[in-house]
Amino acid sequence: MNLGRTSLDVWVGIFVAIGIGAILFLALKVGNLVSIGSPEGYRLEARFDNIGGLKVRAPAKAAGVVVGRVERIKLDPATYQAVVTIKIDRGYEFTTDTIASILTSGLLGEVYIGLDAGGDTKMLPDGGKLAKTQSAVILEKLIGQFLFDKAATGTGK
Amino acid sequence: MLSAVATGIADALGRLGSVSIAAIARLGYASRFCVAVVRETPAAFTRLHLTVREIYFSGVLSLVIILVSGLFVGMVLALQGFDVLQRYGAEQSLGVLVALSLVRELGPVVAGLLFASRAGSAITAEIGLMKATEQLSAMEMMAVDPLARVVAPRFWGGVISMPLLAALFSTMGVFGAYLVGVRLIDIDPGAFWGNMKSAVDFRFDIVNGIIKSVVFGVAVSMIAVFEGFDAKPTAEGVSSATTRTVVESSLAILALDFVLTVFMFRGLGA
Amino acid sequence: MSDASVPASVSAAARPEIAVELADVTFAYDRRTVLDGISMTIPRGRVVAIMGGSGCGKTTILRLIGGQLKARSGRVLVAGQSVGDLDRDALYAMRRKFGMLFQFGALFTDMSVYENIAFALREHTDLPEELIRDLVLMKLHAVGLRGAAYLMPSELSGGMARRVALARAVALDPMLVMYDEPFAGLDPISLGVVGQMIRRLNDALGITSVVVTHDVYESLKIVDYMYFVSEGRIVAQGTPEEVRASDDAFVRQFVDGEPDGPVPFHYPASPYRAELLARA
Repeated sequence: MNLGRTSLDVWVGIFVAIGIGAILFLALKVGNLVSIGSPEGYRLEARFDNIGGLKVRAPAKAAGVVVGRVERIKLDPATYQAVVTIKIDRGYEFTTDTIASILTSGLLGEVYIGLDAGGDTKMLPDGGKLAKTQSAVILEKLIGQFLFDKAATGTGK
Repeated sequence: MLSAVATGIADALGRLGSVSIAAIARLGYASRFCVAVVRETPAAFTRLHLTVREIYFSGVLSLVIILVSGLFVGMVLALQGFDVLQRYGAEQSLGVLVALSLVRELGPVVAGLLFASRAGSAITAEIGLMKATEQLSAMEMMAVDPLARVVAPRFWGGVISMPLLAALFSTMGVFGAYLVGVRLIDIDPGAFWGNMKSAVDFRFDIVNGIIKSVVFGVAVSMIAVFEGFDAKPTAEGVSSATTRTVVESSLAILALDFVLTVFMFRGLGA
Repeated sequence: MSDASVPASVSAAARPEIAVELADVTFAYDRRTVLDGISMTIPRGRVVAIMGGSGCGKTTILRLIGGQLKARSGRVLVAGQSVGDLDRDALYAMRRKFGMLFQFGALFTDMSVYENIAFALREHTDLPEELIRDLVLMKLHAVGLRGAAYLMPSELSGGMARRVALARAVALDPMLVMYDEPFAGLDPISLGVVGQMIRRLNDALGITSVVVTHDVYESLKIVDYMYFVSEGRIVAQGTPEEVRASDDAFVRQFVDGEPDGPVPFHYPASPYRAELLARA
């Protein structure tokens, strides 16, 4: 095949253009490039007795809206509590009496941190600590609790 | 009797030894070849029209098979995925399943295999035929290095085409899954795209997928040009070289995929 | 014509009239010795033929001169320089002064006839396109194929392809042109044409030509000197007149086309009768 130089260039140009277009499509429409692009944010720390299935990069939501992501999860060797660092997007502020709970979206959905703001007038600064936390609901413990209660009412009769 | 057995074993060992040494020698030769090709990279880009031409032959001419295959793979993924997810009430995650499968694995790997069969074998056949008809020798005797003028542009044409083809494959796959999932099966489009967007991470999934496709592109292109350059200058030589290219490229893609996946996606379960 | 051959013992570096010299060259592929102590001199401006049966090492000699192969021992000198000792850049610089006509042409099949001949000009010179066009058309005119300039190699007959390859070989006006079996597989008309062109180009451009062939008839018509190679050695040499008059057994077998002689008819085998009567 002996193509003219220009028509070959045109085809290659089209090819490269749609290839890069596909990459952009994947990045923006399929992936979460736009939200990752903002490095602006500040950090809050929360301590939990049990984080359940919470993972790094899990979302932090307030009223169902994603306001940040979990950045780091560590264990405090002194208190044996989980220390979770959350990166909150700039533009959102939370009161000092905000409650951080570990929730599951639906029955099998992903685990995320839900933030319920309180009525306090003071806002948490960068590096602030969320005082009130609610650990994840562990199914086995729930079942164990249920059976224990059942047994207790049974013998109490 | 015993001495015959002993001679037989000695012969077999001797053959094994010479085959191994021949294999190692070939590996060494291939490595030196790789270095020589990479060394000629500046030549491939100063004469840009040569490389552009090769991008056309490797990439543009592979578009049809890549786009059609991507569409069908996406559609089948959606059908099968829906069937399984439905049992756990997780149909809303169909988009997530399809997107992650394509971007992380199927896009780079299947596009790589298709590329190796179509473009890789074509490159090998072309170079092998040029060697058989003494065109490479003629070029050498005209003081033009065939590595710079024939081999390097084809290598870089392949390396540049691969990631673009893999991305196009994944895109068509997602589109095919959308057609099946939203249009056919009536999944909510908001859930389809929304869950997908929140589950597919640019850095982790898409960039890793792109890295994979670049690595596969390098492997397939290098194997294709090497087998062509090393082919015996006969009809059987060229045909066995093209077969070797397809087989070796496919194995290389699958093996590299395993290694890369272990390194890239290791920490994800934590 | 008597000064066409010069004793090989005198060093070529001191004599600019020697274009190519092989001094006691040996070459082997793995275990098989192909050339065993070959010595020959090719004076500037002459057409010299290297003849012999198939597989006797003729093409190997061309590859040694062109630097595609390295001699195991002995020296290959071109214009006084030892080819085997050159590094890659120097070798490529020297090759720019060569032209080579490959068996069956070896034209670049993805380019037109014009592009094939312009190839070397574009790669090695900075000449503007108009000048290149003039040169290409001149070379094509010299071989009588100016009208075929825009055909593709696949559209050419064997003879035409050979002529285009010849034009390509002399595109840069080389100092030395090597011909690998230029007469192989050609019809009688093309044979005559190619032979005449080799001679005329050589004299017109003042180049040196080395022709590897086994076509005795054509060679006797156009060359200045001939070397006969058999089993890795030079078994005979001389001018065309000397060769015609020679009573050397090998030369006679070759020139007259005898099936049996110094080059045996039968491949080495056990005695005929014994093999027929032997039990399987």
